[in-house]
Amino acid sequence: MQGIAGQRPLLIWVVHLSVAALVLLWTIPTFGLLVSSFRDGDQLSVSGWWTALTATERNIIFRAPASAAQVQDGDQWVIAGNVFEGQTEGEVTAFGFSSKAPAAFAPGQAAEMRRGQVLEVSRNGDFRIASPEEMKGKRGARIFYTSIDPPRFTLENYRNVLFSEGIGRSFINTLTVTIPATIIPILIAAFAAYALAWMQFPGRALLLAVVVGLLVVPLQMSLIPLLRLYTDIGIGKSYIGIWLAHTGFGLPLAIYLLRNYIKGLPKEIIESAKVDGASDFEIFIKIVLPLSFPALASFAIFQFLWTWNDLLVATVFLGNNEEQLVMTGRLRELLGSRGGNWEILTASAFVSIAVPLLVFFSLQRYLVRGLLAGSVK
Amino acid sequence: MEQLLLALVSMAAGVGACVLYFWGTNKILDGIFPARGENAGRNILRANSIRPWLFLGPAIALLTLYLIYPVINSVILSFYGPSGKSYVGTANYSWLISDAGFRESLRNNLLWLFVVPAASTFFGLIAAALTDRISWGNIAKSLIFMPMAISFVGASVIWKFVYDIRGENIEQIGLLNAIVVALGGEPQAWITLPFWNNFFLMVILIWIQTGFAMVILSAALRGIPEETVEAAVLDGANPLQIFMKIKVPQIWGTIAVVWTTITILVLKVFDIVLAMTNGQWGSQVLANYMFDWMFRGLDFGRSATIAIVIMVMVIPIMIWNIREARKDV
Repeated sequence: MQGIAGQRPLLIWVVHLSVAALVLLWTIPTFGLLVSSFRDGDQLSVSGWWTALTATERNIIFRAPASAAQVQDGDQWVIAGNVFEGQTEGEVTAFGFSSKAPAAFAPGQAAEMRRGQVLEVSRNGDFRIASPEEMKGKRGARIFYTSIDPPRFTLENYRNVLFSEGIGRSFINTLTVTIPATIIPILIAAFAAYALAWMQFPGRALLLAVVVGLLVVPLQMSLIPLLRLYTDIGIGKSYIGIWLAHTGFGLPLAIYLLRNYIKGLPKEIIESAKVDGASDFEIFIKIVLPLSFPALASFAIFQFLWTWNDLLVATVFLGNNEEQLVMTGRLRELLGSRGGNWEILTASAFVSIAVPLLVFFSLQRYLVRGLLAGSVK
Repeated sequence: MEQLLLALVSMAAGVGACVLYFWGTNKILDGIFPARGENAGRNILRANSIRPWLFLGPAIALLTLYLIYPVINSVILSFYGPSGKSYVGTANYSWLISDAGFRESLRNNLLWLFVVPAASTFFGLIAAALTDRISWGNIAKSLIFMPMAISFVGASVIWKFVYDIRGENIEQIGLLNAIVVALGGEPQAWITLPFWNNFFLMVILIWIQTGFAMVILSAALRGIPEETVEAAVLDGANPLQIFMKIKVPQIWGTIAVVWTTITILVLKVFDIVLAMTNGQWGSQVLANYMFDWMFRGLDFGRSATIAIVIMVMVIPIMIWNIREARKDV
């Protein structure tokens, strides 16, 4: 293949460029989320994440303190302060005193206002209103200014979502669901897979067909009957209920994957162990289980990703309260209630996808192997 | 922390119970039919006929309770009223046929079924074919594959950010609108555009599933015998011809597998619609419509009826899968 492409330098460039375009298209949305989650909330809401490294321009209206704050300075009455008070700091590039010309003056210039008052704003935001006579009025003058903010990155968003938006709590809830829901099905499926692969009994083919059929049964079918059943027998909305539900839903794939793998183990090993008088139980524990590690790992990754990312099962079988709301559920809730607060949403989303991404990148080999074995051929 | 501890303890308990069950029942079986003494031969035979069922027991019990029983129960429930207690005959089905919401969901679901598997398989095939030819192909693959690990809700947040809209004359912070504005267009509220919003939601699933298609198809492409390709090269075929006429025909089986797998996933698509639009602006789909009737309509009968429709759409694929699997045995 390499040879063919190598003879056509133009073609290989087209390939390189197309792959680069695909990769860019597929990673940019996530990258944007990541960058945004570290940006200052104010900047995030006024400029695109792709401008994160450049300064942001903001137009702000500042109301100067009322006349009560004036002090006499020689023959003038003066109100002074800083326009960035209560704001994140930046650099003033222009200012004005009326909404018609909010950027009429450059910093350092003196702007003549009504009744001989003079407004000066300097680059660092210090302003000074000087008046020849005592100022009156309960409301201070409005100062319009344009400020250039240097790019600011912060961990504040993460601190916020982890401790005050409840994501931290949901993280623990998700772990509580995920760990047992990953481990329990593996054991049950491994025994069943061994029986289906290496033991003789009537109805084996039928059972295998049933497992393959159940692979595609939509989860939706199970929700109502199980919800009713849970309520009837008093499990209600509890962790034990969701562990068992995830176990049940994960079993067809687990059995199918593991059975295919275990069936592929060399026949001689198992038969010679039988000749030596080992029981099926011993063969399974001492020989098959250790040899099946790659398949077990594949399924574990699948099940982990699936339970971690699941929203449907958790919404149906767990409550909406602080002790039970999982991360996907919380994220969905935030999408509804904090729809415009992208600094909260992006950071929350990234917390929730960080663990699966970590698992994905570190164990990709097993995941790919599992995918290849798992698709019905 | 306390809760995590609880999870760990219950995990240990669950695993412990499993181990105890398998180990214990085997011990008991060996005790009843000892493999020695005068009846050793007969005992071994008997034990061996029982043992598979001990191994399979928990799995069969769970599969029955969590998948087989619900399917039967859903069928029954679809003939009952809202609370599942009063028999209403086929009223739910006749309601379904005349219901505008259902028709909208069905139309959208068919649209999804038509577009998402096709697009994912197509992009997957292209990505597989191209990445196999270059030195940094594995890194590229890994990055295209990455969305697979992201939850549908997480992906929805990611894409909602891409589709975000700000008022006119204000700088757009959503990537798509920023591009549109830079090209001189008007910013659009993508996810509320009737009809077209469906496609903007589909993009999310295509984005997630292309990696899956790519991984499977890439393995299939590598499994093609070298000779067929070499013969074509000697005959002077160009790379595009080789790909379309020699390689693709040899992996039709795998393409079908990828296609059906994504099709099944599409039938169940729920999280994306729930998180992005919750079925508003004409973007409802069956799975979310069912969820709606379950939790907002509080009508188990109608909800079960919608589930049956999803199930019926899956059945052809199920039969095909079983037949393919039986060929292997």
